[in-house]
Amino acid sequence: MSKYTEDDLKIELETKEYEYGFYTELESETFPIGLNEDIVRAISHKKGEPQWMTDWRLEAFRAWEQMTEPEWANVHYTKPDFQAISYYSAPKAVDPNKTLDDVDPELLEMYKKLGISVDEQKMMNNVAMDIVVDSVSVATTFKKTLGEKGIIFMSISEAIKEHPELVRKYLGTVVPQKDNFYAALNSAVFSDGSFCYIPKGVRCPMELSTYFRINQAGTGQFERTLLVADEGSYVSYLEGCTAPSRDENQLHAAVVELIALDDAEIKYSTVQNWYPGNKEGKGGVYNFVTKRGICEKNAKISWTQVETGSAITWKYPSVILKGDNSTGEFYSIAVTNNFQQADTGTKMIHLGKNTKSTIISKGISAGKSQNSYRGLVRISPNADNARNFSQCDSLLMGNNCGAHTFPYIESKNPSAKIEHEATTSKIGEDQVFYCNQRGIPTEKAIALIVNGFSKDVLNKLPMEFAVEAQKLLEISLEGSVG
Amino acid sequence: MLSIKNLHASIGDKEILKGINLEVKAGEIHAIMGPNGAGKSTLASIIAGNENYEVTEGEISLDGEDLSELAPEERAHKGVFLSFQYPVEIPGVSVTNFMRTAINETRKANGQEEMPANEMLKVIREKSELLEIDRKFLSRSLNEGFSGGEKKRNEIFQMAMLEPKLAILDETDSGLDIDALRIVANGVNKLKSDKNAIVVITHYQRLLDYIVPDFVHVLYNGKIVKSGGKELAHELEEKGYDWIKQEQEA
Repeated sequence: MSKYTEDDLKIELETKEYEYGFYTELESETFPIGLNEDIVRAISHKKGEPQWMTDWRLEAFRAWEQMTEPEWANVHYTKPDFQAISYYSAPKAVDPNKTLDDVDPELLEMYKKLGISVDEQKMMNNVAMDIVVDSVSVATTFKKTLGEKGIIFMSISEAIKEHPELVRKYLGTVVPQKDNFYAALNSAVFSDGSFCYIPKGVRCPMELSTYFRINQAGTGQFERTLLVADEGSYVSYLEGCTAPSRDENQLHAAVVELIALDDAEIKYSTVQNWYPGNKEGKGGVYNFVTKRGICEKNAKISWTQVETGSAITWKYPSVILKGDNSTGEFYSIAVTNNFQQADTGTKMIHLGKNTKSTIISKGISAGKSQNSYRGLVRISPNADNARNFSQCDSLLMGNNCGAHTFPYIESKNPSAKIEHEATTSKIGEDQVFYCNQRGIPTEKAIALIVNGFSKDVLNKLPMEFAVEAQKLLEISLEGSVG
Repeated sequence: MLSIKNLHASIGDKEILKGINLEVKAGEIHAIMGPNGAGKSTLASIIAGNENYEVTEGEISLDGEDLSELAPEERAHKGVFLSFQYPVEIPGVSVTNFMRTAINETRKANGQEEMPANEMLKVIREKSELLEIDRKFLSRSLNEGFSGGEKKRNEIFQMAMLEPKLAILDETDSGLDIDALRIVANGVNKLKSDKNAIVVITHYQRLLDYIVPDFVHVLYNGKIVKSGGKELAHELEEKGYDWIKQEQEA
């Protein structure tokens, strides 16, 4: 038998199909391509929204028209033609009165392929699922259990109708319509997403989870998530993403807003595994996301993300530490392979006194990819005794990839304590040989080394996610040692 | 068990091994001694399958099976173990996790089921006691921040866990103080049986007071220039390697 060399590994990786690259045939109702005020109105109308919501969207659209796409990120791509996208697509099989049993069997089959069969989820995991396929939420479970605690967990379209006072009060308060180009676009055309409200003093008894998928070819997906944790409450929210493979670039511009009122705590975990494009860098999802949370007094927000997919990632989950003694955390693993480009990081804006933030970022680059960490720690004049600790580690595989860090620190208060640590390392042949000698094949050895490198962040994920995340790391990096 | 015939190997343009012949039978302990730069560690690396070296001539076989076309992990699956002179660090991977992966990959390759967790724990307990390893040590990152002695002890612990057919100990005594040396040697002796074989590579005779070899070979300038019983090690200790050099150059 001949030796299994790195070259063999590379070939295997290159020929390996994207695991979740199947496409489900669903009858869809899709809007004509293009974007103008009529389309915005039509989306709003289609969803049966009240006038204030339509106006809010239009305001965002008008702002967006005046804006230009940002170019400061360390990513290079052909800009999407926003007039060549259809802004609304809903699976036809959906009827709000239907139960799970009535759901399109093809849809259910698709969940099975993804390993997220709702029935299974119901039985096995203590996880309530609000599954979003394309733009309309088709299944919501555990609603009853949550309802007993007064927790509201539903699609944002439903929430606009059923809890307009809450949505109206908080929507756009953390990420305003005009915040940035993509946020403005999202505000104008968002299709669906999740809404969650945890009442005062309530500890959400289960991990809340939403699976997002982009299914229909050529349909941009514009998710909107709004999560409000009222005083003294706690919630852990999981978001996992996979998308079928497509040749055209698919645009994804989501907005997530988190609001943690006094003494509340929100943990928000993401595993992102959208189609990264093929080995020549063709196709793949453009992931331009705005995620931001605000902390009132003694509140805490933790972002944990494992980013392995998408051709382009532009994403900076941030925390505004407005209240005194509030805490922000950002734990991130970003993996890029082949021609993927990621520009990701966080902003920690310290406004209140005794505010604390922690940033741990692990970037892993392989193939010809470029992986950038971009972070801002800002201590405002009133933020006495603010503290920040940042750690940015990069792991390189091979000689054709890049790791970059752009850490910005702005301190306007002399009592601030800011620490920043950074390392860059390379997976060594000697490490791989050592593992090989112990009987561990090269692919497994890489996975082991990468998991070790990422451990600090993986440990922050809820158990069921940590396992999936580890698997994702392995899939994303298979055969990429050079 | 291990049969090496006329082995020539080089790195780049430089020939390091220039025709090695060695026969090791089950149940035997062989010591390979020699001055720095003689090619001792190279020989160990090549048996283990390190691809940085090119075998230009000759053959290596284990129980009659040619090893030269096998990848390092395949050799490991067949029972070749190398205790490294300089074990590498793998941050974030605990000794336990590393061992569990190594054992299960080996079992998988040999068509066996994964080792059940309770059995794994039991074996870990046994073997760590054998080498007087504190179990807290096992949850530390592999070799990260380990002292020289801890690294070597950890290598022999891995040998104990993997129960290889052929163990090559490359300068296992370097970095060990006298107590650690005794513990490590004691561990090796307990692992010794008539089914396996051990090749001890060392610069000094010291280790061989504890791990007593059946045969001693002197490697010099890429060749085995002298073989004998354990008394050869003592002779070397007394006369130094200059004796060999003078003989060779004479």
